[in-house]
Amino acid sequence: MFTNFDVLETIEMIEKEHLDIRTITMGISLLSCIRDSAEETARKVYDLVCKKAEKIVKTANDLAGEYGIPIVNKRVSVTPVSMISAAFPEKAPLIGKALDDAAQTLGIDFLGGYSALVQKSTANYERKFIQTIPEVLATTSRLCSSVNVGSTKTGINMEAVKMMGEVFKESAKLTADKDGIGAAKLVTFCNAVEDNPFMAGAFHGVGEADTVINVGVSGPGVVKSALEKIPNADLTEAAELIKRTAFKITRVGQLVAKEASKRLNALFGIVDLSLAPTPAMGDSVAHILEELGVGKVGGHGTTAALAMLNDAVKKGGVMASSRVGGLSGAFIPVSEDIGMIEAAEQGAITLDKLEAMTCVCSVGLDMIAIPGDTPATTISAMIADEAAIGMINNKTTAVRIIPVPGKTVGEEANFGGLLGRAPIMPVHGADPSKFINRGGNIPAPIHSFKN
Amino acid sequence: MRAVVTVTGKDKKGIIAKVSTFLAEKNANILDISQTILQDYFAMIMLVDVSDIKEELSVLAKECSEYGKSIGMSVYMQHEDIFNAMHNV
Repeated sequence: MFTNFDVLETIEMIEKEHLDIRTITMGISLLSCIRDSAEETARKVYDLVCKKAEKIVKTANDLAGEYGIPIVNKRVSVTPVSMISAAFPEKAPLIGKALDDAAQTLGIDFLGGYSALVQKSTANYERKFIQTIPEVLATTSRLCSSVNVGSTKTGINMEAVKMMGEVFKESAKLTADKDGIGAAKLVTFCNAVEDNPFMAGAFHGVGEADTVINVGVSGPGVVKSALEKIPNADLTEAAELIKRTAFKITRVGQLVAKEASKRLNALFGIVDLSLAPTPAMGDSVAHILEELGVGKVGGHGTTAALAMLNDAVKKGGVMASSRVGGLSGAFIPVSEDIGMIEAAEQGAITLDKLEAMTCVCSVGLDMIAIPGDTPATTISAMIADEAAIGMINNKTTAVRIIPVPGKTVGEEANFGGLLGRAPIMPVHGADPSKFINRGGNIPAPIHSFKN
Repeated sequence: MRAVVTVTGKDKKGIIAKVSTFLAEKNANILDISQTILQDYFAMIMLVDVSDIKEELSVLAKECSEYGKSIGMSVYMQHEDIFNAMHNV
């Protein structure tokens, strides 16, 4: 049984420290929707998603009311659309439109899965599919897209890396009136996971059941408040405290995930242990690192502090949930974290430091605004660098970068809402186009051969 | 089904009477009460049986918060499982 202190602590976490369930994401397999024509398939897709996820918003709101904890986002992820549309890749946008319409009908903010998995090489239908991404992101509002361009097992598909640099440029260009928001709904991955509940990279893997509930928890504010109470503790003690706090946070996720899957008649998939920030004050991962004492996030010591934080969160979380998965690491999106925004504005954090940080935590170069005139090959080279970190270190890495049309260093991009705002960060000027234009594959590393 | 009702705020007369009357009208049965005053700060935690309430728990929880505001207190009603989950291994 719990004590009075426990009750008051929980309420304080929710009321003052932004403890919330970040997302309930329903993964839906679309494989049963494939028909002879794109039109018919799109219709089937719309009907299936609307039917399966019909109650997701109500159920989430009920649970939020019963447990007294906010459930911020309700979302859906689907089978990568490139597979559903393989017979008619040029018409894949019809399915994208159907999914966007379904998201609107359901009243959810994002739906992920306009995706392709090309980690080894690109099939012809996938090549055509990827080319539709910019147009689809410009003409839909809730649909998110992701492309897996590499993995530890397969190496890196450099043809896809080259293509994705161009896709980012084009996606931003087609949404120039909104600071290139199209690119903010697009992620490239290395080692993409099939059960990620977080956007923009969520999709429903083919190894998954028909309908699955994955839950993402949050709570950077709770971790920071806990650390504030032991300002002079050594790092062993700090790590212990983070672990205990992560345990409590994750237990709420586990409770909500189990109950939601029961009520929505879906399989309980996973709880994602990621610490996900928002642009709100008191909900920042950067501020945790600063509380640990690195001065300003981006300064020396930041990578070590992040490594400790990320590991402690996982250790506490794994004990708290029966099934852990997704990305499960600390997120460091620049535009969605007030501490990161401040550091970027002051020039305290650079792209190079962000890249180093991604070696020790999940995700990658996330929600970073760069000058609009950055060449596509430079973006591809950034994608290649991140993919290499993921491939060699057996972890997921990603790039979600926005070349903001018509803007440059010193200006700011504003995407509004959860996507936040981002000062434009400088990129290196050296020309990597020869490297990118070589094409081919970066072979899988020797340590991937484990059999 | 049991829920925890937490009432906090500045101490004044009649808080317990008002909250327990409100809960009785909603068909919630109080099983346990503990209450303390820290300086001028009132904190009460009740365990209530909500099996017989006439509306959904999420609706009653919202009404509790609204009622709390009307008497100048913070009132929360939450399913007990959230505390069991967070504070028990």
